[in-house]
Amino acid sequence: MLLHDTGLIYGRYLRQSLRSRFALLFGVLMPLLYLLFFGPLLTRLPLGPRGSSWQVLVPGLLLQLSLFGASFAGFAIILENGQGVVERMRVTPVSRLALLLGRVLRDATVFVFQAVLLVLAAVAMGLRAPAPGILIGFAFVALLTVALGSLSYALAFKVRTPQEFGPLINALTMPSMLLSGLMLPMTLAPAWLDVLSHLVPFRYLVDAVRDAYAGSYTSTHMLYGVLVAVGFATLAVTVGTRVFRTAGA
Amino acid sequence: MAAAVISAAGLARTFQTKRGPVEAVRGIDLTVREREILGFLGPNGAGKTTTLRMLTTLLAPTGGTASVAGHDLAADQVGVRRACGYVAQSGGVDPSIGVREELVTQGRLYRLTRDQAAARARELAHDLGFAGLLDRKCGTLSGGQRRRLDIAMALTHRPKVLFLDEPTTGLDPGSRADLWDLVRRLRDEHGTTVFLTTHYLDEADALAERLVVVDQGVVAAEGTPSALKLRYGGSIDASLQDTFLAITGRGPSPADVTPVAV
Repeated sequence: MLLHDTGLIYGRYLRQSLRSRFALLFGVLMPLLYLLFFGPLLTRLPLGPRGSSWQVLVPGLLLQLSLFGASFAGFAIILENGQGVVERMRVTPVSRLALLLGRVLRDATVFVFQAVLLVLAAVAMGLRAPAPGILIGFAFVALLTVALGSLSYALAFKVRTPQEFGPLINALTMPSMLLSGLMLPMTLAPAWLDVLSHLVPFRYLVDAVRDAYAGSYTSTHMLYGVLVAVGFATLAVTVGTRVFRTAGA
Repeated sequence: MAAAVISAAGLARTFQTKRGPVEAVRGIDLTVREREILGFLGPNGAGKTTTLRMLTTLLAPTGGTASVAGHDLAADQVGVRRACGYVAQSGGVDPSIGVREELVTQGRLYRLTRDQAAARARELAHDLGFAGLLDRKCGTLSGGQRRRLDIAMALTHRPKVLFLDEPTTGLDPGSRADLWDLVRRLRDEHGTTVFLTTHYLDEADALAERLVVVDQGVVAAEGTPSALKLRYGGSIDASLQDTFLAITGRGPSPADVTPVAV
């Protein structure tokens, strides 16, 4: 039943995404601009012990794509609450977990698709990275999207107007981006900033993807990255499902 | 007398807000019999929608018990969901999605197979008179067409009980009359019990066999329209409007009768 229901909700929202091709491509614009206009600034800087600056920047941009995209997923819930769509679904016997999973898996599909476009553009700019590492990067994008999408949907039930939701998400995502070292590795940071960044879960994810892009798949960074990503996603889905059960009441 | 299909005892809901607890519904006792069309009336804020949302499992009660079609509200939510259909005030379709797709998805949410859901969508559209609109976007429908679609969505699984929250608000007189006919037909042909809230007292008078008037979260009066008119309005010829005002104790205030300035 859970599989059936999840597939059903996933299909409904995926068709909705496919209908708005513009929105599907638009999300990739911001990281693409960073790639084009920020990436070239780094090519001659010594950013890490191994590899090129692209192997450091692109993993950050991938997670940035997911961070900024998935965090805003909740806007759809605010809209659908107004239309009565969420209640109409909640009154049917459909699984509450499926109502959430169908949505976040659609989001993961969309952002992994955008991540593929971004990596293709990066390869054209000069990125060279091992194929397994690139695939691991997509897996992290998917996991982070599931986690942040779930939390965003949950938050949208509590904060019921777009006027409050937008600024709140911005206030949460901006420091998360800066403190996790998405743009430049935190190894460049002074000690206090490095310590602070370890309190932000995304730090572990970006370190893991950077290792993957450099070809080290069994590092400590990778272990912590996987643990944090899976733990964060599990926690977020649990919270999200609970909120779908009560619709925030 | 027909068996009870909905029964509630002391059903209550208190919301915790920043300004302290708000008792939206303080204790509703009611019984709805099979094949009955029940009008659920009350002033704004009386707790009508909250009661409906509790009876349809959308909102957990904070007190009391209820059962719908033999399924206990607290113990068997899935059973209640299978037995009832619900049309919210806002409806429940996405304007950017096609009519057929919404109906088929709804059928699949009620666990019909793909073919069954497609057949049920055609059947409902034909029955409710919008067969020609299946390939349109929901957002392009008129108010009356939209309402019929909303009701079709709620009838997908042939529920025993249909809950309608202010179904004719915003409809033109022709569409309202159509909707009244539809509600009567559902009861007569399919034996559906209909529980509807409305602010239109002529609607309650014309459609409902029995009325339950709620005020401040409790049942203030109940009975057939004529019994209520006789008891609270003073005569069987009293208007339901006057009867309603007598029950809820909210006649027009002097300020409303004599405007200070025009």
